Amino acid sequence: MKTLCKILSLPALLSVWGATGALAQTGEPYIHDPSTIMECDGKYYTFGTGGGGLISDDGWSWHGGAVRPGGGAAPDALKIGDRYLIAYSATGGGLGGGHSGQVLTMWNKTLDPSSPDFKYTEPVVVASSEEDEDCDAIDAGLLLDPTDGRLWLSYGTYFGFIRLVELDPETGYRKEGNEPIDIAIDCEATDLIYRDGWYYLLGTHGTCCDGPNSTYNIVVGRSRKVTGPYVDNMGRKMLEGGGKMVLAARYGLVGPGHFGRYIVADGVEKMSCHFEADFQRGGRSVLGILPLLWRDGWPVAGEIFKEGTYEIESERRGYALELAVDFVRMQGNRQRFWGQSNEPIVPLKPQTLTDVIGTWPTGNIGVRIGDYMFRPHQRWTITAVPEAGGYLGGSYYKIVIEGTNRALAATANAEVITVPEFTGAPEQLWRIEQLIDGTYRIMPKQVPGSDKELVLLSIADSTPSLGEFDMNSDNSKWNFRDKR
Amino acid sequence: MHILNRTAWLALCLFLMIGLQSYAQKRKTANRLAPYFSPPTESVMTPDDDGFIRRWLLLEPIDKPNRTNTVFTDSYIREAFTTEYFPDQFTVVPEDGDKVKVGKQKLTWHAVESNLFNVKLFRFASGLKKQVYGVLFWAVTVIDCPEEISGVRMAVGSNSASMWWLNGEEAVILSGDRRMVKDDCMSHRLTLKKGKNIIRGAVINGPGMSDFCLRFVDEKGTPVKNFTISYK
Repeated sequence: MKTLCKILSLPALLSVWGATGALAQTGEPYIHDPSTIMECDGKYYTFGTGGGGLISDDGWSWHGGAVRPGGGAAPDALKIGDRYLIAYSATGGGLGGGHSGQVLTMWNKTLDPSSPDFKYTEPVVVASSEEDEDCDAIDAGLLLDPTDGRLWLSYGTYFGFIRLVELDPETGYRKEGNEPIDIAIDCEATDLIYRDGWYYLLGTHGTCCDGPNSTYNIVVGRSRKVTGPYVDNMGRKMLEGGGKMVLAARYGLVGPGHFGRYIVADGVEKMSCHFEADFQRGGRSVLGILPLLWRDGWPVAGEIFKEGTYEIESERRGYALELAVDFVRMQGNRQRFWGQSNEPIVPLKPQTLTDVIGTWPTGNIGVRIGDYMFRPHQRWTITAVPEAGGYLGGSYYKIVIEGTNRALAATANAEVITVPEFTGAPEQLWRIEQLIDGTYRIMPKQVPGSDKELVLLSIADSTPSLGEFDMNSDNSKWNFRDKR
Repeated sequence: MHILNRTAWLALCLFLMIGLQSYAQKRKTANRLAPYFSPPTESVMTPDDDGFIRRWLLLEPIDKPNRTNTVFTDSYIREAFTTEYFPDQFTVVPEDGDKVKVGKQKLTWHAVESNLFNVKLFRFASGLKKQVYGVLFWAVTVIDCPEEISGVRMAVGSNSASMWWLNGEEAVILSGDRRMVKDDCMSHRLTLKKGKNIIRGAVINGPGMSDFCLRFVDEKGTPVKNFTISYK
């Protein structure tokens, strides 16, 4: 019995850890308190506690090299016009340390340290706290209000209140005469975002900085006014400790903290954070990038796509992507629906690849969308291709018929087919991203002969193609179902 | 005679100086506590609009060093909170100014009225110039119900872990590294008896700010407010 358990548990364990591999960023994504990710001249940047930060060419593979002077804790970054504003705290003593804090801001025209334009302005203090105040002025979060262009800074830790002050978006200085407003208690590493008439205050609860025992988690409250009160889904104010969960531990990654939002396109959003401990990386603190979903007006972390074998279901009709091959009937007795039968019940065996592959052409085969019957021509195995690079928060995948190397591919005329063998060509690599409503978009890395970014569409109930992504159309959306 | 008068005069000066110093010290302490606590009064007090109990007897912090709050497992806090630190710990309703000895510490009970819905134990300790980290606080209050109220729950939030008793029976335990969150944990359904009911609590914290909030809610989560709160 014990042996059986071991046999069963090993593959299960491997599958769990295999899935984890696609979750954390690749490269050397070691950071704590990452600032909101900024794109600058085609590269991505994030800064962390202690100075410095990470750079990525594709948003998937990260390495050190970003430059942020000043040391201290938990910076944030924001692009205003053609300049980048960095807010950071020069202090940070922890729960049992000093609480005399300062938040500073500084500008840079570029985040690329190799650029001749790379030069930070002299930092200026925009918020502070005294040693015995109910606030610790660290952990900056910036918001440029899209409704009126006003610039806001949240700051603070578990030591007292989270506070809000207004800054001048031209200078980055504190607005003259502006007084701090208390907006939350018992959280830290806050950030502010705006969406559809709501201001959202993201904060981190739980235990920080305790490796695999860190209980850090990201919560949110919202308000119609930037100044609050920020209230959770239970009507509880964040000034009363309220907060709705956005992200907790998952898949060998514990202690998410320090939220940042990145809008890729209409309907495609990402959130950045750090995980206090990545079990696969010996418990080091790493950068995390996840889809950001919106459910009933609340942000929640989505799922990085997990490798596996799935039905690819269109959101448009609910039909399944399949090879355009002959439907092979299964042997099965037709029985009258009425009357009784005394024959014993014998389970049917599902159709297998061996049963049907001989009926398929050996060259390219077209694809269509049809009624899902968990048949071999409808079952797609999706596997990460780490060497193919990635995009913000994800790696590219190959999509093949289960048990074969027959791969889904984009064609030069912006259609989709399957090719008999996966070769790793860019048109056979797919970007799979969860959208803000929880569905997915599926994009080829490249459409041959084109630099357009196209996605897999269900242009008719039964016909797939490639075209421009439209968040407002179910033609652009897909689901991955495990419904064998 | 002249010498005696001089001695008496010096004694009087010394007495006045000590008295003034003591008065100044008390003023300073009161000023430090003022944003968070008011001195005790005899006035009739009921829960605040949201049902929170703001009248408490608080014992100065017991020294209980802990570098991290993640050690506050259920087992740890049950042991920490059921250890007897001072006589009659689980039965006494102390009076303002009562003193107890805990190891080498001589600690005083203080009757306070919280200005906030949450009782800021950190500020209570810092205002009294006591240690603020690695601490264990005891809190007691008495509520007087005009009639029996059944089917209520004690709703507590605390920073960090805490344990609460109603009339000597364990009601709620909040283990782990907790932040003070309104209605974080609730008891099973309880009955508040007609007359006096004693609420007793213990809050433990390593680093960080200590505080708690406590109220009773009914089956629908509505605050229970039809009782008075006293120190006796």
